[in-house]
Amino acid sequence: MSTTEERLRERVGAAGFESSRFRDNVRFDVPPESLQAALAFLKGECGFDLLAELTAADLLDYPDARNRFRVLYVLVNTATGERINVRTHVDDPEPTLPSAVPLWKGANWMEREVYDMFGIRFAGHPNLKRILMPDEFTAFPLRKDYPLRGRGERHNFPVITRAEP
Amino acid sequence: MPLQLSELSDAESPEKEYLWTLNFGPQHPATHTTLRLLLTLDGETIVDAVPDIGYLHSGFEKLGEDLDFNQYVTIVDRMNYISPVANEIAWHHAVEKLIGVTITPRCTYVRTIFAELMRIHDHLLNVGTAALDLGAFTPFLYAFKQREKICDICEFASGQRFHSSYTRVGGVMYDVDDAWIARVREFVAGFPAAHAEVAGMLTKNRIFVSRLKGIGVLSREDAINFSCTGPIARASGVLRDVRKDEPYLAYPDLDFKVVCSNGCDCYARYLVRMQEMLESIKLVEQAVENLPSGPVNVDAEGRAIMPGKEEVYQSIEGLIRHFEVIIPNRGFVAPNEEIYAANETANGELGFYIVGDGTIKAYRARTRPPSFIHFAIFPHLIKGHTLSDVVAVLGSLNIIAAELDR
Repeated sequence: MSTTEERLRERVGAAGFESSRFRDNVRFDVPPESLQAALAFLKGECGFDLLAELTAADLLDYPDARNRFRVLYVLVNTATGERINVRTHVDDPEPTLPSAVPLWKGANWMEREVYDMFGIRFAGHPNLKRILMPDEFTAFPLRKDYPLRGRGERHNFPVITRAEP
Repeated sequence: MPLQLSELSDAESPEKEYLWTLNFGPQHPATHTTLRLLLTLDGETIVDAVPDIGYLHSGFEKLGEDLDFNQYVTIVDRMNYISPVANEIAWHHAVEKLIGVTITPRCTYVRTIFAELMRIHDHLLNVGTAALDLGAFTPFLYAFKQREKICDICEFASGQRFHSSYTRVGGVMYDVDDAWIARVREFVAGFPAAHAEVAGMLTKNRIFVSRLKGIGVLSREDAINFSCTGPIARASGVLRDVRKDEPYLAYPDLDFKVVCSNGCDCYARYLVRMQEMLESIKLVEQAVENLPSGPVNVDAEGRAIMPGKEEVYQSIEGLIRHFEVIIPNRGFVAPNEEIYAANETANGELGFYIVGDGTIKAYRARTRPPSFIHFAIFPHLIKGHTLSDVVAVLGSLNIIAAELDR
């Protein structure tokens, strides 16, 4: 496990790179500028061929948060069974990250969902559209400033009435 | 907002005017639950398929930030509703890892038994409905007869046949007794014969084989690249099972095999699921024979679990502990940390990413939904096949809309 960490640290550079361990999760924090290089290195040279999860969290109300959004990539090496978590961060305004779709095709829908729920754009994504919410929805529901019960979108659905005979 | 034809690749060019669009709409008996496919067809051959999901999106992840860890298990139940207790086990596995609670040996075994019974529950439905969609009604009913027995076992333990909300932080809702163990043993004894009946009707059935063999081929590299896990990946030759690679619950002590195949098509996925059911019943048998005695919930001192009713009503300490657990911020709290923990459920790797913030509610409760990730490969699998193969491929992918949309 330290070999992966050492190799990754060497590749990405020490600036902004942190590694930590919690319970059995091995985590690496990389700055967003080095994200693409880090992921490509982990997939190509370290054998992390399975992207298990790509998700985000909005740290707006989180104690001691330094950035607004945290994006998590969980990578698995199917040959050795090793699992690592790569975390990065993005901020308002215009949160953008490079897309992981060229590396893992499975990232396609996962990035669409992160865009749909948080508004984080992924540069280079082939089809960055909303996936769970309707296309004309304007807000980003999983952000902390979006209330649980919504802003009245359900009440304002257009109602189709029957025409008078 | 309907998807426009122009969103599909080069469908507007004049040479392609013969292509027509079919809406395999949200309301369709063969799409298990509400999902929509926009198919571009050349006669009966599928040129392109664009999935449109979100019809069942209910904001589960937003609710996870509003309900505490024990309340959210009712929501998690309703995600992969075909194997509800498996989701609860996975959720509380992640929560307990975050909080740092170790469950008792008896609880480990009880949860393992339920996890494997739920795997059988899910595979029975999948095989039954896949057969039903292709026209075989009898194996569907035979499979559901066994599912009824599993529902009865669930009801015996928790009071609810289906969405039982059985697990709690640090244990389970009620302990199981000897009558329950006898029921499980009875099920284990009767299952191989029932399994053989269903297999006898389908595995060598000429119609079934010709409708599934060679359909929906997913190569090994594609399976890994598309983030597939579970029976879909194992049927494409990916040797990965979270129960063996990162053992949890009672799996380190139990003896079982991981079922894989090199077939890569829908028939291989069917065979993998059938064989996994036999491995699961072996696991249930081992676990129920070796069920440790002792308390099923962690010690109430840890303030993770509510003390039993006798203690609450008859001793002041029990009453105080009950109060401490119920009232917010006096019971267990999650540290200011985050965790990703995964279980191997019937559909694949069901992971939970929980960010704790020092209260009893999750700050972020994310589900890694295997159905969502597997539905993304559908266009890749279906290109070039005919319309009737849509049903076969959808059946083999085991898409459950509540997990797809959350």
